[in-house]
Amino acid sequence: MSDREIDEHSGTETTGHEWDGIRELNTPMPRWWLTILYATIIWAIGYMLVYPAWPLVSSYTKGFFEYSSRAEVAKDIAIAKEAQKADLDKLATASLEEIRTDADMLEFAMAGGRAAFNVNCSQCHGSGAQGFVGYPNLNDDEWLWGGTLDDIHLSITHGIRNDDDDAHQSDMPAFLKDELLGKAEISDVAEFVLSLSNSSTDAAAVDRGAPMYKENCADCHGEKGAGNAELGAPALDNKIWLYGGDKTALVESISFSRKGVMPAWGQKLDPIVVKQLTIYVHSLGGGN
Amino acid sequence: MGALDIDPGVDRVDVEAVNKKENRVLYKKRTKIHPKRVNGTFRNLKWWVMIVTLGVYYVTPWIRWDRGPGAQDQAVLIDFPARKFYFFFIEIWPQETYYLAGLLIMAGIGLFFITALFGRAWCGYACPQTVWTDLFIYVERWVEGDRAARIRLDKAPMSFSKLRKRTTKVAIWLVISVLTGGAWVFYYADAPTLAMDLITLDAAPVAYITIAVLSFTTFSLGALMREQVCIYMCPWPRIQGGMMDEDSLVVTYREDRGEPRSSYKKGSSWEERGDCVDCNQCVVVCPTGIDIRDGQQFECITCALCIDACDGVMAKVGRPSGLIGYASLSGENRRRSGQPSGVRLFRPRTFVYLLALAAVGGIMLFALLTRSDLDISVLRDRNPLYVPLSNGHIRNAYTFKVLNKSSDQRTFVLSIEGLAGARLRVVGSEDLGESATPYFTVKPDSVHTLRLLVSAPGELLVSEATDIRFLLKDLNANKGAINDTVFRGPKK
Repeated sequence: MSDREIDEHSGTETTGHEWDGIRELNTPMPRWWLTILYATIIWAIGYMLVYPAWPLVSSYTKGFFEYSSRAEVAKDIAIAKEAQKADLDKLATASLEEIRTDADMLEFAMAGGRAAFNVNCSQCHGSGAQGFVGYPNLNDDEWLWGGTLDDIHLSITHGIRNDDDDAHQSDMPAFLKDELLGKAEISDVAEFVLSLSNSSTDAAAVDRGAPMYKENCADCHGEKGAGNAELGAPALDNKIWLYGGDKTALVESISFSRKGVMPAWGQKLDPIVVKQLTIYVHSLGGGN
Repeated sequence: MGALDIDPGVDRVDVEAVNKKENRVLYKKRTKIHPKRVNGTFRNLKWWVMIVTLGVYYVTPWIRWDRGPGAQDQAVLIDFPARKFYFFFIEIWPQETYYLAGLLIMAGIGLFFITALFGRAWCGYACPQTVWTDLFIYVERWVEGDRAARIRLDKAPMSFSKLRKRTTKVAIWLVISVLTGGAWVFYYADAPTLAMDLITLDAAPVAYITIAVLSFTTFSLGALMREQVCIYMCPWPRIQGGMMDEDSLVVTYREDRGEPRSSYKKGSSWEERGDCVDCNQCVVVCPTGIDIRDGQQFECITCALCIDACDGVMAKVGRPSGLIGYASLSGENRRRSGQPSGVRLFRPRTFVYLLALAAVGGIMLFALLTRSDLDISVLRDRNPLYVPLSNGHIRNAYTFKVLNKSSDQRTFVLSIEGLAGARLRVVGSEDLGESATPYFTVKPDSVHTLRLLVSAPGELLVSEATDIRFLLKDLNANKGAINDTVFRGPKK
């Protein structure tokens, strides 16, 4: 440039910009700064060549290193599995009762069970296994299908009301829908059921409902409402209710029945994981 | 270097301070400094400090300390895999890192205290940057000669002899750097084992990487950057101004005595002139290349080598020593007005620092002496908050951790207070029924985690949160731990 202007004081070229007599110096970038800038550009080009970088129509450029973060994770998981092998093998051969009474195996199984529970079970049963309406609380001591280690193991493996041949099946009639009882009768039966846990407020209705309960319900639920884990018939004599314990909910349950389902986890999960889950669920405190 | 001689036998060196005010610019190339060797009181003190600090650094990991069979026998060890820190008879678990915080606080206040008393004594004597720089300069001097020889060598064209000297120097520097980085890793693993592993290339990659990184930093900071670290990188020179006051002892040029300075010929009169013979010896010995006669400046690390240099010169020309010396601002003012200068070490500031130091130290000592080798931590399940049971009882679950910090296996019995009709059960053991107390054993030096279920009849609960207390007792010793927590139930 011919009209290059050099500042007298600093000896540096100016940009030619001037504001109120103040001229702007065109100080060059420091050499070290430029060097780093160019180095990062070269680095970036190298990076694009060796690592996955550009999206293509159906794939992406793989890079010379063939790096994949998914493969790295898979490798880490394999290493972790290998590290746990001794403990996992022990679990595979030990009986559930042996695991429960051995402090080391118990700790290992509980930790693994908690992880598996959070991935597979918490969606319905809740992250603390506290349950929701229709999904049982696994912390308490009321079990539809039994709360021993073997019972829990069976329930997890085969599930409830699914296409597994050994799944738990129970079929309570829908008394209103199937026209077995009328609305007034159902209300009385519900009142009687409430009385089993001393929650009834209508003694007359209880008296009316008693014979109907004995005829229609007692075979499965027991005369006093003790329930029957063999049949998956819940106990009615306490204040733990899967679908709500107020009269409206009871009337709804008797009228239309309830048919909760659970997948057969034995079909999806490793047998050792099922064992860990059993131990974990049992350790939540309600196990018999 | 036109050495203008001063009688008797004092070299007058033609040199300027690197930070000379008139030459200051914002961006300035480094002026290489060639500190000259000097002998004297402070130089000897610095040698001793160097021997002690380097000795402590290199030797400590090799000291053994018997902690019983199977336990670590290294006196000072930071055991990351086991998450424990051993310091002779002290063993600290991660839960007790507040000891580390306490140590850092003490180090901080200690630094303030020393600075209030003696200015930047830390910088001048004990800072690793100073110690290693001193060591590297010592090596440089040993290989290449003293200041004048080094300047000549720098200017000389490359030759076989120059190449040989440079190679020898860098090689020794590298050995020192690697040894420095190498010593560091021994604090983190059993030293003899690690040393063998390092030699046979069996050590963990992190050990080699750490050594490489620390060797690099030692070499670049100590051998190459030297005073640049103190002047441009370290925040301490900027902070120290707030730590000093008019009574702090700092390296001072006694201007009133020295000025007007001029060259001195033997036998000439000392009338009408200052004691400073302008030999610049104080400048050439300075590791940061400054002139102390320009007054206090932040480049000065108060290494006191100029005091040694000046005292030597004063002795030769037959004047009293102390033209440059440790002095405080207020002391100088007193001296100039004819009073004894005196030294005020005890003053409110140092008293407060000392008090704070004693307080933190006392608290730490107390905590250390009363430290229990048993600790529990209890975490109540929050999801669900409580579990109603079929028999009307309410149950809470707790994750119970017992930290057995002793080297013996111990058996504990657990009980509860404050909950009517409480029943305890440890998951994995049998239900012992009401009023029974669970017991369990904990392995030596380990944390035992157990899930504890506490249930109580719902009708006996008086509020939705009952304060309860867990009592853990060692069956074989009169020791125990307590933990206060709550038991949750439905709204009342």
